[in-house]
Amino acid sequence: MGNSFFTPLSWNDTGFILTGVLNTVTISLVAIIVGTLLGLAVGFIRAEANRFTNILLGGVLDALRSVPLIIQLILFSTYVGAIGHPLDPFVTGSIVLSLYSMAFMSEVFRGGFESVHHSMATAARSLGMSYWQTVAYIRLPIGLRAVFPSWLGVALSVIKDSALVSVIGYMELLRTSEQLISRTQQPLEILIGVGLFYFIVSYPLSLYGRYIERKMAI
Amino acid sequence: MIQIQNVHKSFGSLEVLKGINLEVNKGEVVSVIGGSGSGKSTLLYCINAIEKIQQGRIIVDDIDVHAKSTNRDKLRQKLGMVFQQWNSFPHLTVLENASLAPRIVLKMGRKEAMEIAKKELNHVGLGDKFDEYPTRMSGGQQQRLAIARALAMKPDYMLFDEVTSALDPELVGEVLDTLRMLRDDGMTMICVTHEIAFAREVSDKVAFFHQGVIEEIGTPEQVIVNPRKEATQKFLSKVLH
Repeated sequence: MGNSFFTPLSWNDTGFILTGVLNTVTISLVAIIVGTLLGLAVGFIRAEANRFTNILLGGVLDALRSVPLIIQLILFSTYVGAIGHPLDPFVTGSIVLSLYSMAFMSEVFRGGFESVHHSMATAARSLGMSYWQTVAYIRLPIGLRAVFPSWLGVALSVIKDSALVSVIGYMELLRTSEQLISRTQQPLEILIGVGLFYFIVSYPLSLYGRYIERKMAI
Repeated sequence: MIQIQNVHKSFGSLEVLKGINLEVNKGEVVSVIGGSGSGKSTLLYCINAIEKIQQGRIIVDDIDVHAKSTNRDKLRQKLGMVFQQWNSFPHLTVLENASLAPRIVLKMGRKEAMEIAKKELNHVGLGDKFDEYPTRMSGGQQQRLAIARALAMKPDYMLFDEVTSALDPELVGEVLDTLRMLRDDGMTMICVTHEIAFAREVSDKVAFFHQGVIEEIGTPEQVIVNPRKEATQKFLSKVLH
């Protein structure tokens, strides 16, 4: 009696949990890929642009970086819904998380571009390379190498931050586990399991980042 | 032939070149000497169109370098340049450093570009370093790589901007030897340099720059051994102690 609502965790829940895992991986990948591409473009523009453009862009990026992600998610899903375009939580989550990661990655890439001394580009131009050849063959590869560990750090935090997309109803890992918890009343096991998942994904990547960093320091 | 006619160049309100006239014929070696800030490096940057000029003309083989219609990427293929800082591309091997521009600028096939790069690298004595990364090499080796990298584009002229100034003293010799070799090959060169003895030895013409003008120009005999102008004498007595 009293326990009849609750059924313990069982192997039958595996599919449900895997859906959550898959959705977390999907939205993280989308945000990392879109954030990286946009971040590259914005970072490059910031490295090249004049002060006025930089002040404008910098303001937008500062806002994206300083407003907590959870507030951005709720604001975006509420107001875009309110103006008559209710979006699927996956789409909303992808947009907000991508822009959020773009804001951080653009700074990383900007630093990368700026770390390549302009005399390097001058040397390339003196060999007859065009502006864009110099970007593609010299500035980009050298700059990316320099900031790879920082980029990896941002990507890892995007994976972890994707858990916040649960607040707008996207069925990622945290949201599926919350539902399982309310059914099974086994929060300890489930949350430890979820935590373990994030750890297993993140830790090897951060070890790899540290390895690369050490290798490049030599 | 490179013709420099009444060239004026300013950075903001600071005029660094105040009407430079200079002719460099095919096969000639011209050394440019003078104190820091005299404008000699700036002139090289203007010849290569890395810097714009405010007045005058620079003509390289009938091409007006600073004319609006000039394709400067194409022009720079004629003009190899080596800098004080060697600027090796750190993400590429020695062979890739020297073959990149022939491949992407001259659209050569990979194999052909590699062959040319290997030939130039052998020429400057880096035949055993093809697969090395430049950051693991000495400054002298990297500077020779920079020379080979420029030569792989088969330029008609070479511009050298104080190429030994950033080197440790014991590495200067190997780079100067490479320049001597180029002179013997018949390469047309403009060398901005602080190596007065070297300038005297290799040059057909020496130009002494002073406060944005060519104060004195002539054979090494005339300018370095028997300078007529007071500024030249002062400068030489300082650098030759």
